Amino acid sequence: MTDTKTLTTELPDGAALRPALRMPVVVAQGLAIGGGVFTAVSAFLAWTYSSSFPGDLTINGYPGGLQWLTLTAGVLTALMGVLAAVPGLRVLAPGNPGNATLLFAVGGVAVTWFTLIAIAVQLHGLVNLTSGGWIAGVASLVALVGTLGLPRAPGATTCAPTRAEWLQTLGGGAGLLAVGYLLHVTDNGASGLVMAGAGVVLIARLCIVLSRYTGPTPTLRAAKRLPVALDVVLMVVMLAIALEVFAYGVDTPYGQLFVGFLAVLCFGFWALSQSGLLRRATEVFDRNRAVAAVLGFLTAAAFVFVQQSDADAALGVNVLIFAATALGLNVVVGLAGLLDLGYVAFLGVGAYAAALVSGAVTSSVHATFPFWAAALTGAAVSGIFGVLLGAPTLRVRGDYLAIVTLGFGEIFRIVVSNLDGVSGPNVTGGPNGIVNIPDLSILGFNLGNPHTILGATIGRFANYFWLMLIIMAIIMLVFSRAADSRIGRAWVAIREDETAATAMGINGFRFKLLAFALGASLAGLAGTVMAHVNFSVVPDPFVFAGPVPPNSAFLLAAVVIGGMGTVSGPIVGATLFYLLQQKLTFLQSNELLIFGVALILFMRLRPEGIIASKSRKLEFHEAEEAPAAQLSTAGA
Amino acid sequence: MTTETTTVPAAAPAAGTPLLEARDVVMRFGGLTAVGGVDLTVNTGEIIGLIGPNGAGKTTFFNCLTGLYVPTEGQVRYQGQILPPTPHKVTQAGMARTFQNIRLFHNMTVLENVLVGRHTRTKVGIVSAILRGPGYHREEADSRAKAMELLEFVGLADKRDMLARNLPYGEQRKLEIARAMASEPGLLLLDEPTAGMNPQETRATEELVFAIRDRGIAVLVIEHDMRFIFNLCDRVAVLVQGKKLVEGDAQTVQSDERVIAAYLGTPMDGAEAGTESTTSTESTEENQ
Repeated sequence: MTDTKTLTTELPDGAALRPALRMPVVVAQGLAIGGGVFTAVSAFLAWTYSSSFPGDLTINGYPGGLQWLTLTAGVLTALMGVLAAVPGLRVLAPGNPGNATLLFAVGGVAVTWFTLIAIAVQLHGLVNLTSGGWIAGVASLVALVGTLGLPRAPGATTCAPTRAEWLQTLGGGAGLLAVGYLLHVTDNGASGLVMAGAGVVLIARLCIVLSRYTGPTPTLRAAKRLPVALDVVLMVVMLAIALEVFAYGVDTPYGQLFVGFLAVLCFGFWALSQSGLLRRATEVFDRNRAVAAVLGFLTAAAFVFVQQSDADAALGVNVLIFAATALGLNVVVGLAGLLDLGYVAFLGVGAYAAALVSGAVTSSVHATFPFWAAALTGAAVSGIFGVLLGAPTLRVRGDYLAIVTLGFGEIFRIVVSNLDGVSGPNVTGGPNGIVNIPDLSILGFNLGNPHTILGATIGRFANYFWLMLIIMAIIMLVFSRAADSRIGRAWVAIREDETAATAMGINGFRFKLLAFALGASLAGLAGTVMAHVNFSVVPDPFVFAGPVPPNSAFLLAAVVIGGMGTVSGPIVGATLFYLLQQKLTFLQSNELLIFGVALILFMRLRPEGIIASKSRKLEFHEAEEAPAAQLSTAGA
Repeated sequence: MTTETTTVPAAAPAAGTPLLEARDVVMRFGGLTAVGGVDLTVNTGEIIGLIGPNGAGKTTFFNCLTGLYVPTEGQVRYQGQILPPTPHKVTQAGMARTFQNIRLFHNMTVLENVLVGRHTRTKVGIVSAILRGPGYHREEADSRAKAMELLEFVGLADKRDMLARNLPYGEQRKLEIARAMASEPGLLLLDEPTAGMNPQETRATEELVFAIRDRGIAVLVIEHDMRFIFNLCDRVAVLVQGKKLVEGDAQTVQSDERVIAAYLGTPMDGAEAGTESTTSTESTEENQ
């Protein structure tokens, strides 16, 4: 009550529904569509004189590097602008096409101006920009101005940002960038950091203002069912696009391109969800779950055909290992609500167990298990360690458990670096680890040997990518089935209220232990493949926090950022994390700092994670959802 | 489906058989004796009320019965067996409870809450949950059917997919009762089921408790609302300062001077033991 009151007194009448810039609707539509086209065309111009900026943006008539992203954003802005302007096309964008146009335009501005700034910074001065570059910058801004004048959808009644907030955001961002630029031209060492920081803060601030301007994702009534065949075709097309986009992101050869890619991807994703298309897409996948699962698996498998370089396949398999481990952690953190800060140790246990039975010369166990047995060994040993750790520690709750698991993670690393025959029995080879692990051989096929399928060469890492994909599928199946069963409900009940859960007959300790053991063995399973992929297992990577992904802090962050308790959340989170770490090498030593700032801002903006489970969405956005909930109560 | 009822442990409610026997239950926290030697028997088919001023030890006694606390002395028998002192085993044995301050699983749906209540009567383990054989599907379908039947019973069937946190207060209480009943108890312990309810809701709860008894489940209820208690209960026990003051039917308890004294305080000479100033307003009205 009081909230709505303050809102209405704060705002002049009808301000919530007024567009940010007032102009005739036709003018706004014209500017939006024209600006989009203009932006797209400007990508064909030369933006700079020098070809020393990566991607070669000096050619008139053909876009290069980041210009492709500007082109994409411009085309999407224009297309969505048309959908918003023509009432007959409403069915193609059932949500808020106006908002979607705005967000595409913001994506265009982001990538274009990022490119211009990057050119100016990297080549030392604005003089490096040609008139083409300035035209692109102006074009993207024209589209933005137009979209800010589009009429707002009647559903977007949340408290809109005031003019002062717009000015504050844009002025503050521009000011910071100017300071960074001044530092840069005076050759101050901090300039890169200031620029990057300014960029992150500006984007976050802009996102907050934009999210208030656009309002929550529109709720739609379910669309009519399409014939199954059409659904399948739609799914294939969507998955192919997703694969192409993903492969493009993985293949970005320099950091600037990846940043631009991320900008277009994020705003594009947001725009699609505002337009209602994302909702329609999920409906299609939801009603054909089995087919969708198979198609999704095949699409992922096709990755090695789309990206044929061994480096990309290696990246892919490492992403999968990281994601599989994150999914295992999600059992513990997301479902049972137990904070585990030493989880990477279970990945290590699995990797060491597999390495010991791999037949490597450096292994202290002189046995060679076939892969299925090695995988089971890794999972089982890891699960046993989970129980060993859990049995004494799960009797403590909350913060204490986190500290104990943190200790376990460190103990594991220190113990394996000392079991070298000097400080203790020789089991793990100490700091040198177990090296020269032979390639796996499954059904007589050696995964180390490349082979040719359909004219494409499938290299060593691609083989492992497929193997890991199968294991990933198994882990996803185990996770989703366990989560949606009596066991999963017991875990969630313990997370929600342990006292009430035990009063319902749930043996809290036993089920927490089960979560620990299952999570640990899933990580152990991933570890068995990791040992073979990397040729060696050494203690170093299994730390609590470090700059390279498979460590406990990154795993936890991937789960939380991705979305706790969901299947796809940790996978998305882990993928994003791994790629960010791989691609943003130009930040050098500032990487972790920028990363930390980004994490804080992300939690501020979207606390429920990228992929939110239904209940967590409600938990964090109760204020926005409350009217709808009350309505449904009244209706029922 | 029709052959099974939700009340397996008390399938034959031969009225008068002792179901719960608490003997000399003492609960001390350090120097404080919260419950000092209370006897209580609940027979099958009975509704027993437990009243007393604030701080009399009612909830502590409840917690002793349900295994949340291990009583310092005394023993609690359910159907002749000594109850194990762990809450989940107590529920397994056939005693389910609700909480004074509602403790639902807020971020689970209404149906899921009741399904969690089915936990002790289902057996699916982790392997079966992952492999999903025919046994899994049978048990899951059975659980869902029984949970839906209970939601029908308390009148929440059409809200099955809402999150528990979004239910209005009175319906949260109902859901808590449905969740407790899902464990197929022989005895249901309700801790202040009408706290914070308006008169209509209180009457509806009264009906609900009678309906629960008609399903063959004995009920032990803590309450402050005297009209509710005296309408409902076959016997009422009064707890004051951790001791049972009096036990009997509504008439006996209502006319007992010590009870009146305990609730209202003795006017002038105040020598009577247990004169607490914790007189709640609704009891004041009731005893005039």
